[in-house]
Amino acid sequence: MRYLPLSETDRAEMMDVIGVGSIDELFVDVPAEARLDGPVRGLSMHASELSVERQLGAMAAKNMVAGEVPFFLGCGAYRHHVPASVDHIIQRGEFLTAYTPYQPEIAQGTLQVLFEFQTQVARLLGCEVANASMYDGSTACWEAIGMARRITRRTGAILSSGLHPHYVSVAKTMARFTGDVLDTGLPSFEGTDTERLIAGITKETSCVVVQYPDILGRIEDLSPIADAAHAVGALLIAVVTEPVALGLIKAPGEMGADIVVGEGQSIGVGLQFGGPYVGLFATREKYVRQMPGRLCGETIDAEGKRGFVLTLSTREQHIRREKATSNICTNSGLCALAFSVHMTLLGEKGLRTLAGINHARAVEVAGRLGKIAGVTLADGAFFNEFTLQLPVEARPAVHAMVERGVLGGVSLGRLYPGEASLANGLVLAVTETVTDADIDALEAALTECCA
Amino acid sequence: MTINPSGWRPASPSDVHGDVPLTTTGNRALMLEEGLLFEVGSRDGTGVDFDFSVERTSDRLGGLVRTSLDLPGLSEPETVRHYTRLSRQNYAIDLGLFPLGSCTMKHNPRLNEKMARLPGFADIHPLAPQESVQGALELIDTLAHWLIELTGMSAVAMSPKAGAHGELCGILSIRAALEARGDARSVVLVPESAHGTNPATAAFAGYKVEDIPATAAGRVDLEALRARLGPDVAAVMITNPNTCGLFEPDMKGISDSVHAAGAFVYCDGANFNAIVGRVRPGDLGIDAMHINLHKTFSTPHGGGGPGSGPVVLSKALMPFAPLPFVVKSDGGYKLVEEETALAEGSDSFGRMVAFHGQMGMFTRALSYILSHGADGLRQVAEDAVLNANYLLRSLEDVLDAPFAHSGPCMHEAIFSDKGFAEGFTTIDVAKGLIDEGFHPMTMYFPLVVHGAMLIEPTETESKATLDQFIVALRSIAERARVGDEALKAAPVFAPRRRLDETLAARKPVLAWKTPAPDGADSGAGAEVGGR
Amino acid sequence: MLYFSKDHEWVRVEGVVATVGISDHAQAALGDIVFAEVPEAGKVLAKGDEAAVVESVKAASDVYAPVGGTVTEANPALGDDPAIVNRDPEGEGWFFKLTLSDPSELDGLMDEAAYRDWCKTL
Repeated sequence: MRYLPLSETDRAEMMDVIGVGSIDELFVDVPAEARLDGPVRGLSMHASELSVERQLGAMAAKNMVAGEVPFFLGCGAYRHHVPASVDHIIQRGEFLTAYTPYQPEIAQGTLQVLFEFQTQVARLLGCEVANASMYDGSTACWEAIGMARRITRRTGAILSSGLHPHYVSVAKTMARFTGDVLDTGLPSFEGTDTERLIAGITKETSCVVVQYPDILGRIEDLSPIADAAHAVGALLIAVVTEPVALGLIKAPGEMGADIVVGEGQSIGVGLQFGGPYVGLFATREKYVRQMPGRLCGETIDAEGKRGFVLTLSTREQHIRREKATSNICTNSGLCALAFSVHMTLLGEKGLRTLAGINHARAVEVAGRLGKIAGVTLADGAFFNEFTLQLPVEARPAVHAMVERGVLGGVSLGRLYPGEASLANGLVLAVTETVTDADIDALEAALTECCA
Repeated sequence: MTINPSGWRPASPSDVHGDVPLTTTGNRALMLEEGLLFEVGSRDGTGVDFDFSVERTSDRLGGLVRTSLDLPGLSEPETVRHYTRLSRQNYAIDLGLFPLGSCTMKHNPRLNEKMARLPGFADIHPLAPQESVQGALELIDTLAHWLIELTGMSAVAMSPKAGAHGELCGILSIRAALEARGDARSVVLVPESAHGTNPATAAFAGYKVEDIPATAAGRVDLEALRARLGPDVAAVMITNPNTCGLFEPDMKGISDSVHAAGAFVYCDGANFNAIVGRVRPGDLGIDAMHINLHKTFSTPHGGGGPGSGPVVLSKALMPFAPLPFVVKSDGGYKLVEEETALAEGSDSFGRMVAFHGQMGMFTRALSYILSHGADGLRQVAEDAVLNANYLLRSLEDVLDAPFAHSGPCMHEAIFSDKGFAEGFTTIDVAKGLIDEGFHPMTMYFPLVVHGAMLIEPTETESKATLDQFIVALRSIAERARVGDEALKAAPVFAPRRRLDETLAARKPVLAWKTPAPDGADSGAGAEVGGR
Repeated sequence: MLYFSKDHEWVRVEGVVATVGISDHAQAALGDIVFAEVPEAGKVLAKGDEAAVVESVKAASDVYAPVGGTVTEANPALGDDPAIVNRDPEGEGWFFKLTLSDPSELDGLMDEAAYRDWCKTL
């Protein structure tokens, strides 16, 4: 048992000090009928590293690895190249095996990273302040709706039809219990629902929630929505699931969004089948006390040296208990570190280049696929993700492409099952990881599947 | 005989402190100061190269081109050095004992890291067609199976992202079950000693929170609890082993009373490490319990997350579990989402998170479970409890141990600041431990013990480490009892002295402000546009 | 006249206007005050309502209305300098003023001497 340092001699000596004759005496408070009399049913005994590697390796081998096939999936999780030094740094034991920085004198490494992360996120999203991260984009989105309720003391939230349907589902789940009234809609190939959003804003509206780029990949100026919301004292919440886009396109904060949340996965974190990811959360300084989650702030130590601490923690559950802004306790610290290291390696220059490559490749692929007989590319602006209308149902087409060894996008049939109007929609993401050969393979597979 | 021929002798901390010479760099040998990224980086610095060059001939950005973006970058060597220097200002379980009570800071096996990075787990997309990710679904289903077996429950919800998110999952399941039987209830009972997440969660789910008092022996006051049960009580949230490090011996009796009153039992599983492989919560009448994979199953804490909080559920709550979940069928593994939930017999309260949960943590936890096996997991609980009791009995004569008389503790030992000299409190002991090279214990929690010190050594500490810790803590406790003023100055040897948390809270500076050229303060966020 | 509640709020009454704050004993127990949230003018408070919040670094406490009434003014100085509550809790560090709805509610409160004596027993 390689993870357990005590020897039998140690155990005997320690029991002597404690004054018990057997380990069982330490479990006297556990009623006899609740004690397991034998080993856990069916679980084998302890295993060597090699044995565990074989067992898990066999499972891993059954999956189609994104990096080994032509891969074009997006819709809330994006495959980007992560520099080798990112994983090296997050595996340093001082970061990997530290706890929440409750003792700041010996946690300045984590704390300075969080302060830098907060600043990077705030600048990227175009806001004044950001927190030290949330679980992921979908929970950050929900928390933003709750925060808008607290600020405006209203309960009406209007959700754009371009918001990721899983994010909408999360919001609906929570709204069932908190009394928020959500106004939702289905996306359409014809265009965004900006007019619906603006027309729906009333004095009962707490917030309008818009995804940018949206679930179909479209981008649009958010300023008119911000103006309409602000005119009645409502907030604009912008959701960014592909933060690489903000290296090229205007930040939501620049267009008047009051709260900007996002999924930070695409910078530094990797796909990981959905988690762990890192939720981004930024807002105006005046709303900071209504913000959920941990915050790191600058201060000085007893000798006057600059240092960092977790601060404004009276908002949080461990002090406010039932009056906390949220029940959130952990952040996504290590993923925030990965995000921050990758962002540092990119810098403004690298991020602009990366975003430029993504867009250029996406425009190229969109142009080629749009020429396949019967396939239509929607009008309008996009970043690295776009939606095609196929002449056939997209869901079976995706499965048919898998058989040809191509992971060729996300069908709207998967995201909106049963919605006939969307059944032929296929959303494709194109990043810097896509090769010319990948594009050829996708074009060929899609052409066959549409024939 | 010659005594100390070199004349060298260890200096006392107070000698060292006044006279440390200042260096021109502010560095102290291996302790290297590091500026903020925004001070050391530049807008044209970068540490990445690309295969493509971008020709901006035509774009489809609809005119939404970004102009202002102020993100400094560093070359790769500068980046590695920046973060490596910062890392060295952190204490970590890899460096030494990290006895935070209730947090379960145990060794993180590196095999688990290696397994989580297998491309077949790390490089797959959450919306990939299910036939292309059968191994990933198998892994989730396999971990789910062992979590159910280890807890003796009926089902497990895998998607919650952390312990508190798991609590929410459990309470929402309970509320959904009550609503399904048309039984609106309004109150959740929570012991005073509970984690703050418990009342925060219950309040978030729309319940009124009422405290249950503790007895002098550090347990839930059963009489008070039974007296309060009634038709308005939806659930009781109990931590077992509790936050005083004690097992609630009458847990089954509590559960029976709660069930008889038509309510549900939520168990905070933060302390499952103490009983894993020895006790199954399902046998104690629990209806829902979250499992912090980062505690019991040793996924790394990462400086504050990511966590992972699967929730095991009783038969009564099983139908209400959140979406999505994995089922095994003849043709392989299937992910049940909104589309097929009804057909699968689910009356789910909905989706809690965009995708399927913390896959990276699942891989690590399963790697840990398989490594330890049935015999190892049982030994984990035994050694964790043995280590905690060893500390309790080795310290109870110098530190007040309010519940030591009531018998053995479980995985953590609790002490109070009773007996310290006037003006000395728990924080002084904690900061003294920092100078001795240990991470402090959990301070001032639970609230039911004055100046609480909650010490959880975990099973991955050797006896030698514990003995050294005992010597150090005994010496600090003596200093606190006699009122050694030098203790108030601790820590002296850490990268920073005590930090001014009042200043940080009164004038929050939450983002770096680029100083204006004339040296005037430009204000936080003044660099970004839009206002 | 100066009155105190058992929740450590004080009330200074001049005519129908009552000024409310927290006692010196309370500020000392809380430690460095970092934030105070005060009610808006016009808010109607019943005796015992949660009227304000006062925060130190590691604790947040509700301030209850020791008497009922309509808030006329909150102390604007608390926003910029919450430390004023530590420096001068029973003077410049006042929280809010209200017009009394029922002056008889003052009867249940302690006078200064009784309050200071009572604090010594805590």
